[in-house]
Amino acid sequence: MFKPLTAMMTSLTLVGTLLAAPAFAADKSILLQSTTSTANSGLYDYILPIFTDKTGIRVNVVAVGTGQAIKNAQNGDGDVLLVHAKSAEEKFVAEGYGVARFDVMYNDFIIVGPPSDPAGIAGSSDAVAAMKKIAASNSLFASRGDNSGTHKKEKSLWKAASVDTTAVSGNWYRETGSGMGATLNAAVGMGAYALTDRGTWISFKNKGDYKIVVEGDDNLFNQYGVILVNPSKHSHVKKAEGQAFIDWVLGDEGQSAIASYKLNGQQLFFPNAKH
Amino acid sequence: MPEAIAIAQARDAVAAKPAGEVSGLTYQAGGRFLIDSINLRIPGDGITVLMGPNGAGKSLLLRLMHGLLEATAGTVRWHGRGLDDDVRRQQAMVFQRPVLLRRSVAANIRFVLKLRGRSSDQQVEQILDEVGLGGRAAQPARLLSGGEQQRLTLARALVTEPKVLFLDEPTASLDPTSTAAIETIVRRASERGTKIIFVTHDLGQAHRLADDVVFLNGGRVAEHSPAATFFDAPASQAAADYLAGRLVLR
Amino acid sequence: MQDFSHAFTLAFGLVLTADADLLEIIALSLQVSLTAVLAACVIGLPLGTLVAVGRFRGRAAVVILLNALMGLPPVVVGLLIYLLLSNAGPLGWLRLLYTPEAMIIAQTVLITPIIAALSREVIEQLHQEYAEQFRSLSVPRAAAAAALLWDARYSLLTVALAGFGRAVAEVGAVIIVGGNIDHLTRVMTTAIALETSKGDLALALALGIVLITIALSVNAAVMALRLTATRYAYA
Ligand SMILES: Nc1ncnc2c1ncn2[C@@H]1O[C@H](COP(=O)(O)OP(=O)(O)OP(=O)(O)O)[C@@H](O)[C@H]1O
Ligand SMILES: [Mg+2]
Repeated sequence: MFKPLTAMMTSLTLVGTLLAAPAFAADKSILLQSTTSTANSGLYDYILPIFTDKTGIRVNVVAVGTGQAIKNAQNGDGDVLLVHAKSAEEKFVAEGYGVARFDVMYNDFIIVGPPSDPAGIAGSSDAVAAMKKIAASNSLFASRGDNSGTHKKEKSLWKAASVDTTAVSGNWYRETGSGMGATLNAAVGMGAYALTDRGTWISFKNKGDYKIVVEGDDNLFNQYGVILVNPSKHSHVKKAEGQAFIDWVLGDEGQSAIASYKLNGQQLFFPNAKH
Repeated sequence: MPEAIAIAQARDAVAAKPAGEVSGLTYQAGGRFLIDSINLRIPGDGITVLMGPNGAGKSLLLRLMHGLLEATAGTVRWHGRGLDDDVRRQQAMVFQRPVLLRRSVAANIRFVLKLRGRSSDQQVEQILDEVGLGGRAAQPARLLSGGEQQRLTLARALVTEPKVLFLDEPTASLDPTSTAAIETIVRRASERGTKIIFVTHDLGQAHRLADDVVFLNGGRVAEHSPAATFFDAPASQAAADYLAGRLVLR
Repeated sequence: MQDFSHAFTLAFGLVLTADADLLEIIALSLQVSLTAVLAACVIGLPLGTLVAVGRFRGRAAVVILLNALMGLPPVVVGLLIYLLLSNAGPLGWLRLLYTPEAMIIAQTVLITPIIAALSREVIEQLHQEYAEQFRSLSVPRAAAAAALLWDARYSLLTVALAGFGRAVAEVGAVIIVGGNIDHLTRVMTTAIALETSKGDLALALALGIVLITIALSVNAAVMALRLTATRYAYA
C-alpha cells in the first residue's frame, strides 16, 4: 500500500543527490562569452590549455552570436567578453557593463561562392564592388541575419555599396538567422554567396565545390576586443581570474600563442595588442 | 391492489428489529424514476434475495443501499443510523464483474486488511483457504479464472468482517461447482451473523439461499415475502409471471 | 550520398574506440535527461493523479492546459529558464546558469507536462475501473491515489519513457541554458548542433546515430524489465 510513497521518496532522494552532486565543479574557472566563429575555428582549443596549465584557471567558453554574447555579458552571465564588433563593444564599456576594451587580434573575412560565379566576382579584392555586382545580377546571397559581428560587418559593406537589402530580403537576399556554419550550409545548399570569417571557412567541412571569390580587402579585416565584465555591476564576476586571463592574452605569451595557431598550415588570427 | 397486500404480508413476516430501513427511496436519471419511492425493511439476519427482471433496478438499489450512489430522495438507515462513513465501512459488496487489483491474490486481501488497520499473514491464508484459493496466494489475481476471481472478491469482502454484505449476481457466469462453493461461503457468513443481500436471476439458487425475497419491477417493490410464501404462492401478479417464466412487461 | 555510409563508419569507429570525449558527452546526456525524467515524474505523477482522481472546478481546463503544454517549444522553455537563472534574473543568485543543473531544470520543465498529461490519462482509465470498488471498500483518497499509481506502474513506465525520449532529443532548451560548454555542459544534441554548424555533417550524423542507439537501448532495457515483470503481475 505504501510502496508507491516509498518509491516516491526514493526518487526524491535520488534527484536530490544527483542535483547536489556537482559533477563538474572546477575550483578556479571563468566563463568566457565569445562568438561561434572563434570557437569553431579551434583557436580556443589551442590557446586555452596553455593558459590553464600556467594559471590553473579553467576557461569555460559559451559560443554564441556576438549580439547574444554581449547581451549575456550585460546580464552578468560571464566574466570576460571576447567578440568582434568594435562599436558595440565600446558602447558596452561606455554603459558601464565592461571595465575597459582592449584590441587582441584580428582575422579577416572572405566572400565565398559557387564555381559558376553568377555575379562574375571571382578573384576580386574589392569587397564593395563585388557586393554591388551581386546585387546588380540578383545573385543569391546568404546572410547570417542574426546581428552577429559578421552580420554587422556584412551590413556595413552593403551600406558602402549603397544596396538596400531590406527591400530584397527573401528575394535574392536570404537571411538565415543562424550561426556561421548553418549559414554556410544554407549557402552551399542553395548556391548562394556568403560572407564568412576565414577561420570558419578553413575548418568548415561541408564546402562542396565552393571557392573563395573575394579576399584581401582592407575593408574585410576584423578586429577582436577583450573586455572584463564590470564587477561593480555584477558583484560575482571573478575579477582576479578574469583579469589574469586578459593580462595573459594581451601579454607576450598569449599573443604568440595566438600567432602560432595554424589550421591546414594557415595562420588564422593576427595578434595586435598594444603594449 | 395485490402489491399493497404483498407488502403488508412481508411486514408481518419480517423480524421485529430490522437491519435496514429504506423509506421513500427514489433515484431519478434522464427524466426517469429508475427507483421509485421504495420502502423496505430488511430483516436483521438471514439472507435476503433480491429478484426481478433485467432493468428492474436491482443493481441500482444495491448501490443506493450501500451508499455508492446519492439518492434523489428518501433515506437509507442501517441499524438505526444513516449511511455515514462508519456504517459504510462495516459493509461490503461483491460486484457482478470482479474488480481486482493488478497484484497477487494475497496482496488483494492484504490491501483491504491494511485499510482496516489489520494485517496478518495468517488471516490472509485462512480466508484464502476458506474460499478454496489456498496455495494460490502468490499468483497474479487477474490470471485467475472467472470463478476463482469471483471467490477472491468474495474473500476480500468477507475478510473485512462486514455487518452487511451485498452480492450482485456473484454466480451469474460460473459453473455449478463454483456456484455451489460461493453459496456455501455465503451461507457460512450468514450463520456467523453477517446480513446478506443477494441479487440473482437463478430460481434454484434463490430457493436454496433465501430467507426472504424482495421482488423488484420497474423500480418499485412488487412484493416482499418470506421465501416459502414467495415461491409457493406469490402475492403479486408480476412475481407470479416471473416465476412462471412469462416475460414481465414494464 | 556518401555522407551516409561515412557517417555509419564514423559512428561505429567512435563507439568501438570508446572515444573519451564521446563517452563524457553520452554520460552527461544520460545524467541530465534521466535526472530530468525522475524529477518530472516526482512532480508530474502526483499532479496527473490529482487531476485524474480529483473532482474540482476547472478540471476540464486543467486537462486541456496540460495536454497543450505537452507541445511546449524547447527554445521557449530554454529562454524562460535562461531569464530566470541569468545573473540579471530573479534566480541569478543560485549561480546555476551554464551548469548541468540548469539543463536538468529546463528539461524538467519541458517534460513535466508530458508526464502529467499522459499519466492523467493512464490513471483516469484505471480509476474508472477501480472507483466503485474503492468506494465500496471505503478506501481513503490518498490510499486510492497511491494504489492507482502502483497498479499503473508499468503503463507509467512507458509514460516516463516518452518523457525521456523528448528530453534526450531536445536541443533548443539545453543549448541556451547550458551554453554547450566543452567538458561541462556539452550533451549529444548540442554536440550534433555544433558539428552541423562546423559543416561536419558526417560526424554530426554519426553522433545522431549514437544518440538514437542510446535511446533505443534505454527503451529496450525498460521494456524488457516491464515484460518480465508483467508476464507475472498482469492479466
Ligand atoms: N446512471 C444511470 N443513468 C441512467 N440510467 C441508468 C443509470 N444506471 C442505471 N440506469 C438504468 O436503470 C435501470 C435499472 O438498472 P439496474 O442496473 O439497476 O438493473 P438491474 O435490475 O440490475 O438489471 P439486470 O438484471 O440486468 O442486472 C436500467 O434501465 C438502466 O439502464
Ligand atoms: Mg444488475
